Amino acid sequence: MIEALVFYVFALTAVAAGIMVISAKNPVHSVLFLILAFFNAAGLFLLLGAEFLAMLLVIVYVGAVAVLFLFVVMMLDINTTELRQGFLQYLPIGVVIGGIMAVELVLVMAGWHFAPDVSSAIGAAAPPPDQVSNTRALGDLIYTRFVYLFQASGLVLLVAMIGAITLTHRQRKGVKKQNIANQIAREDSVELKKVESGRGI
Amino acid sequence: MFEIGLGHYLVVGAILFATGMFGIFLNRKNMIVIMMSIELMLLAVNINFVAFSAHLGDLMGQVFSLFILTVAAAEAAIGLAILVAFFRARGSIAVEDINAMKG
Repeated sequence: MIEALVFYVFALTAVAAGIMVISAKNPVHSVLFLILAFFNAAGLFLLLGAEFLAMLLVIVYVGAVAVLFLFVVMMLDINTTELRQGFLQYLPIGVVIGGIMAVELVLVMAGWHFAPDVSSAIGAAAPPPDQVSNTRALGDLIYTRFVYLFQASGLVLLVAMIGAITLTHRQRKGVKKQNIANQIAREDSVELKKVESGRGI
Repeated sequence: MFEIGLGHYLVVGAILFATGMFGIFLNRKNMIVIMMSIELMLLAVNINFVAFSAHLGDLMGQVFSLFILTVAAAEAAIGLAILVAFFRARGSIAVEDINAMKG
């Protein structure tokens, strides 16, 4: 009963936040609603017993990705009213295609069932949660069986980091910068003088 | 109604996915909102993975969801970097202005 209540609160808020993301007038509001959607999805993950993924969603998505979005939205000087032109023009085809997608997904959901031998296809059985926590069970898998995938995803992140830096890094013209090597190598700025004792220069 | 099963989570995932798809069509001009819609769709996929994982008692779905999260973060970073570079070059983020490679 209480689980159902919590589920409906999280699910309805997530869906409402998702709808607000795509319909908000201001992109900043869109990002804030995206954060709300992520928080509620994290709540759903908690309900499902995936604590680690829930925390990861809050830390990585809300803490990094959504803030990156917020940063870019605020950094770019965009004209939001101009970008919203044609909003109503694309509404019908959007409704049609979104509706088709939703109906298809519901049809699939109504029509499928698990294969009878599904339990034999389980790749990595979850240990009982009262003995091994979710985080530990995931760690046991990631650092042993999926260690190469783990390394590969680290590589993906490294490539993304280098790509983002090289894409956005720029040399600005007309900015005075200190060049220490040139400064030291100047010929006429440093002079050696022999100072006679008791006289000064 | 009060017994929450796999189907409930799948419905949430389906609605979020359809919302993300709808958002791509609705905001045809604003690149940032399109990327946020893609994030919503990835979130829906993750919800499905975790729901099946919890229902079957199989941790594989959560591991997969973890890697999806990684790739989604990388994708968002690269996409936003391209967006910033494009905005510096053209002064606009409208999708219809991104046609420099059109033949």
